[in-house]
Amino acid sequence: MLLNQFLILGAFLFAVGVYGVLARRNGVMVLMSIELMLNAVNINLVVFGVQHGVVSGQVFALFVIAVAAAEVGVGLAIVLLLYRNRTSIDVEDFDLMRG
Amino acid sequence: MLENAFIIPLIPAISFVVILFFGKRFIGAGRVHVVGITALGLVWVLSAVAAFQWTQRVEDPPPGAIVQLEAHVDEHGDQRADEHGDDHANDHAALSQDHSKDGHGGGHSSPLIRPVISTFSQWWSNGGVEFAVGTLVDGQTVLLLIVVASISLLVHIYSSEYVKGDRRYVHYYAFLSLFTAAMLFFVMAQNIIQLIVGWELVGVCSFVLIGHWWEEKPNTDAALKAFLTNRVGDIGLIVGMIVLWGTFRTFDIDAINTLISADPAAHHFALLVAACCLMAAVASKSGQFPLHTWLPDAMAGPTPVSALIHAATMVVAGVYMIARLYPVFYEGFSIGSSSINLMAFIGGFTALIGAALAFAQWDIKKVLAYSTVSQLGYMVMALGVGAWTAAIFHLFTHAFFKACLFLGAGSVSHAAHHTFDMRKMGGLKKDMPHTYRTFVISALALAGIFPFAGFWSKDEILLGSLVGQENSYPLMLIFGCAVALMTAAYMTRVIWYTFHGEFRGEGHPHESPKVMTVPLWILAGMAVVAGAFNLPSPVLEPFGLEGLAHRIQTYAEPSVYLSGLGLSHPDPSLAMALVGSALAISGILVTYLYYWRGMGPHGMTQRNRYAKNGYTFLENKYYLDHLYNDVVVETVKRPIANWANRFNQNVLDGAVNAAGETARDTGRWIYKWIDQGAIDGSVHAAARGADSSGEGLRAIQSGKVQNYGQLLFGSAAVLAIVFVIVV
Repeated sequence: MLLNQFLILGAFLFAVGVYGVLARRNGVMVLMSIELMLNAVNINLVVFGVQHGVVSGQVFALFVIAVAAAEVGVGLAIVLLLYRNRTSIDVEDFDLMRG
Repeated sequence: MLENAFIIPLIPAISFVVILFFGKRFIGAGRVHVVGITALGLVWVLSAVAAFQWTQRVEDPPPGAIVQLEAHVDEHGDQRADEHGDDHANDHAALSQDHSKDGHGGGHSSPLIRPVISTFSQWWSNGGVEFAVGTLVDGQTVLLLIVVASISLLVHIYSSEYVKGDRRYVHYYAFLSLFTAAMLFFVMAQNIIQLIVGWELVGVCSFVLIGHWWEEKPNTDAALKAFLTNRVGDIGLIVGMIVLWGTFRTFDIDAINTLISADPAAHHFALLVAACCLMAAVASKSGQFPLHTWLPDAMAGPTPVSALIHAATMVVAGVYMIARLYPVFYEGFSIGSSSINLMAFIGGFTALIGAALAFAQWDIKKVLAYSTVSQLGYMVMALGVGAWTAAIFHLFTHAFFKACLFLGAGSVSHAAHHTFDMRKMGGLKKDMPHTYRTFVISALALAGIFPFAGFWSKDEILLGSLVGQENSYPLMLIFGCAVALMTAAYMTRVIWYTFHGEFRGEGHPHESPKVMTVPLWILAGMAVVAGAFNLPSPVLEPFGLEGLAHRIQTYAEPSVYLSGLGLSHPDPSLAMALVGSALAISGILVTYLYYWRGMGPHGMTQRNRYAKNGYTFLENKYYLDHLYNDVVVETVKRPIANWANRFNQNVLDGAVNAAGETARDTGRWIYKWIDQGAIDGSVHAAARGADSSGEGLRAIQSGKVQNYGQLLFGSAAVLAIVFVIVV
């Protein structure tokens, strides 16, 4: 069934995103991995919307894309400022909150 | 006024409160005497009104005021209720006639007038016994009211000069007022509980005023001595009152007296016990042997206080109490049928030793104090031989002339640099004419020289001892005659040393101001005329004034109680009067020759060993003080102290130590096991738990975003797996 393949695709993308978030040390790559996870969720929303014959799934997906654009903007700004201050965007270097 | 007599003691009581609490601030410390004198003036007027009303009551008794003797004997229980009939005018006449037959013809016999008794309210009740409060006013009461009010008023006036500028002027006047209130309360006590209250109140005022100048140790010692000696007697007072209550089941003085006079022999033994106990109280309060030693020491107080409290009024409280509860003593000591009894002996012996001691004193106030002891002994002796009227009459006259003597001594001291030592006086006659004259008049009255007041009252006492009741009292007569002689002699000695000869003091003595001499003259006037209140009828017959004879006997004697006892009055005797006068005059004469003319064995006390020993014996006041302090107090004090010490060391300290050790051990155990173990342990454990868990959790908080992410996703994955498995 088509639904399963989309769900598997979403899960794969999400898993790739998680891996990216947890494993990549480059801040920009972490942000990109978050985008992957968001888009995995978008696929799921659209697929379930089609499955149930309602449009709200696609509406939610559009909202997620719009918010994700804003989020990326803020995230990239943070990365830029980090670089300016510490000349590094390696997330391993930022542990000021260590207990 | 007779029904509302309670107002009389209330006025000085209010004055006390006003002076003590508002005196300094609102009236001014130097002006508080105005309050006291005003209050006492009011008291005097009211007392005079009460006295007048009482005489009216006796002369013209209202219906219901007369007690019928037969009814009295037969149905004493409830005769009061049904005696309000109108037919008493006839009974009265019949009764007076009956009575004049009984009374040996000596006295003016009077109808039996019931005292005015007002019971205001129940004070409190306990176990069915009711304690009432009220007043009992009869002739005896109004007589004392007049005496107390007069002397107190004069002393108040006199004191405004004598203690002027004293640092405790306000307190002085406050307690003078309180004393007056207490004494007035005492004399109109309706029941024996009130008697005790008044008795103790005057005692405490005496204590306060003796110790008025408490900065000096002898004064506080004297105050304490007076107080403690009186405590000894107070035990007798309380025990005696309890015996009376136990016998008659009532506190009411009227009821007790009525019950005894109705049936005198019924409770003889109980009355003997009560009378002996009360005699101890009298001995302490009225300065009777062997408890008289406090009275001379009480002279440490201000002189007006000595005049008021320790001569004229408070010390006669004991005499007054005997007179008030006379049936108890009369029956208890069998005064009617014996020829010697405890009370008469104590009184007579006290009179004798007091008079003897007065010779060996150099302090003028102490001479007067021993004279007071002696005269109080006279009164007690008179009561002891059954001469009720003579005792009260002597109380009356003595109050005036003894107060005058004390105030005169105060005036002398006021003029002569505040000394009371007669060796530093002498020759004051010309400098202090008023004091001298009043002093001599009063001394003559005290010595019993015709026609001064003391002559009449002393004569009655001697006569009472001579005649007695059923038997004569020969020993008392001898005592009385000896004292009459000695009194005249020692008073002459005082006058010689104080007013005659050369002045031996320092400075220039001067007469006291009018505010002091006027009271002296009033008292001296009373010392002259007070005897007129109880003149025997033979004296008045030539003038056709028999109606004025025996006024005190007529008005003051509570014949309503005494007639039931069969008390009789002796006939006046010219021979006895002559013997008494001869003794007094010879006493004066011998002393006059000894001092003024230098005759007689001068310096005998230096030459003769026996005379010297006798003098030393007197000078040391029979060693009674040594006996009390060194022997009685020491023997009692030392074992008690030792025993108390041992008890303290062994029992009390042991208990305290044991308690301390137990407490310490308990404390240690609690510290070790509860505080350190349980409480601190749990606190520590909590802290350690927080610490270690914090250490453990610290590893998680790496500050690295990706570690958090790992935990987040790991946890989510675990939850997802759990979710898949469970659902």
